Amino acid sequence: MTIYLPIAELSVNILIILGMGAAVGFLSGMFGVGGGFLITPLLIFYNIPPVVAVATGANQVVASSISGAITHFRRGTIDIKLGTVLLCGGLAGATLGVWLFSFLRRAGQLDLVISLLYVVLLGSVGSLMLWESVRAMRKAAKNQATPLRRPGQHNWVHGLPLKMRFKKSKIYLSVIPVAALGFCIGILTSVMGVGGGFIMVPAMIYLLRIPTNVVVGTSLFQIIFVSAYTVIVQASTNYTVDIVLAFVLMIAGVIGAQYGVRVGQKLRGEQLRALLALLVLAVGIRLAVELVIPPKDIYSVVSAGFGF
Amino acid sequence: MIRLARIALAALILAFAAPAAAQLQDENANDFTEKLEIGISTDEIAITSDFRGADLTIFGAVDGFDANLLVQGKYNIIVSLEGPKDNATVRKKERVFGIWVNTSSMTFELVPESYSLSSTRDIETIAPPGEMGNMGIGVDHMRLVPLGFVGDGSNLGEFRNAFRRIRETSGVYERDPGGVQFISSSLFKASVRLPANVPNGVHVVRAYLFRDGTFVAAKALPLRVVKTGVEQVITQTAHQQPLFYGLFAVLLAVITGWGASLLFRKE
Repeated sequence: MTIYLPIAELSVNILIILGMGAAVGFLSGMFGVGGGFLITPLLIFYNIPPVVAVATGANQVVASSISGAITHFRRGTIDIKLGTVLLCGGLAGATLGVWLFSFLRRAGQLDLVISLLYVVLLGSVGSLMLWESVRAMRKAAKNQATPLRRPGQHNWVHGLPLKMRFKKSKIYLSVIPVAALGFCIGILTSVMGVGGGFIMVPAMIYLLRIPTNVVVGTSLFQIIFVSAYTVIVQASTNYTVDIVLAFVLMIAGVIGAQYGVRVGQKLRGEQLRALLALLVLAVGIRLAVELVIPPKDIYSVVSAGFGF
Repeated sequence: MIRLARIALAALILAFAAPAAAQLQDENANDFTEKLEIGISTDEIAITSDFRGADLTIFGAVDGFDANLLVQGKYNIIVSLEGPKDNATVRKKERVFGIWVNTSSMTFELVPESYSLSSTRDIETIAPPGEMGNMGIGVDHMRLVPLGFVGDGSNLGEFRNAFRRIRETSGVYERDPGGVQFISSSLFKASVRLPANVPNGVHVVRAYLFRDGTFVAAKALPLRVVKTGVEQVITQTAHQQPLFYGLFAVLLAVITGWGASLLFRKE
């Protein structure tokens, strides 16, 4: 059963796309991540032009983040003020990212940069998460408490100027690191087609020391708007958002996510983090291997319409 | 200044040489009594959502043939289906600090995006390679003109070969040295294939008639490949109202995400 993708201009097996969407949706529901970091590489492995994969991946992230954000909004675990500061940085970053994307595409280095970014980010975030969760599991085995937040401790981030009071998060923090974090995530969203939650959440917890209960909701708030903005900018500059592909992925993704959430609730936090870390590392290693082993063909052909 | 003038002159000569050669061919064609006619059942192929490539049958007739030569199998026909032309860039990877990086590239000017060739027999045995090269028939003889500065041109061959090989292995360039068959003394039928990832636009069906290794006549017909229905609306909107398209894509995502959360909450 095939379906024609009007923007990617090729026919694909709809069952494979549905399966991909459902699997990534399941994992994203289970771990509470957007899944962009899985969907974009998968689409590229399935021969979707990277330009289309990145832009369409961002569209899928919007859909998968919405339902999570609604839940957090109802529970009141979104710090809108903090989210807005993140968002300002994010929009600026996404704008630069789309420009960078077009530039790298013309230079023929987009695929390399996308792969390298994935390897570096997934590798480092995955290792850190794995290390942290294994430590937490050991402590849990010894019946020790595992404080994620150490309120008394301050790092260099808290010495920066332009401080602002974020009532919901109950913190008094400089806007510089917050906007800078949003900016970096914005670049990643437009260059890699990821929401960036897997980097933003740990950075907010460990670096900015924002309370864990508002972290996920606030990061989702920022992800929705930055991804939506990226989709619109990619659609108007590169014409690479494939709405058919995105829609099939979304439908399968949101359904898969519902089942993922149920499985996720049965697992303990640190186990969940360890599994997510392994998954993140696996994707990173897969991409790293691809960069190092001699390619099947050292030549590649792209026509002016598409490619990287 | 003189050098510049010389270059300009050379360019002028080149520019005139090409049409002159084409004219020569036409004149040659007039010396023969044979005439070639072809027809296809449709001049438009619609791409629908379940498009998986299409086989096209082209019928043709040779008029004014020499019965003796026909019996001896001296007439050969080549039919090609050429996709829309676009520049194509070939990139070459090399190992840099342990990882594989695109280090060099070459862009070929206006090459067909797809190419399906069908003939009565292997085209290399139909006419001398020189003639095929002049006419640009066949993947191996296709004109691949590099764009821009290519240095001393020593790597031109490897990039051309890589281009041909990749296009053939990916299935967008095909050849079938038995795809043209005579169904009666002068009627023939040829089958060519549109690949699944066919580019949209105007494709050209070309038929060439050879008599005993000499080019006799050629005929061309346009074939439009168009997206239809929803596919066409989507492509058009994406290119003509990109902002609206982007907003709609986001809206669709919002509705899907929201809808799912409402739907599953009730359960």
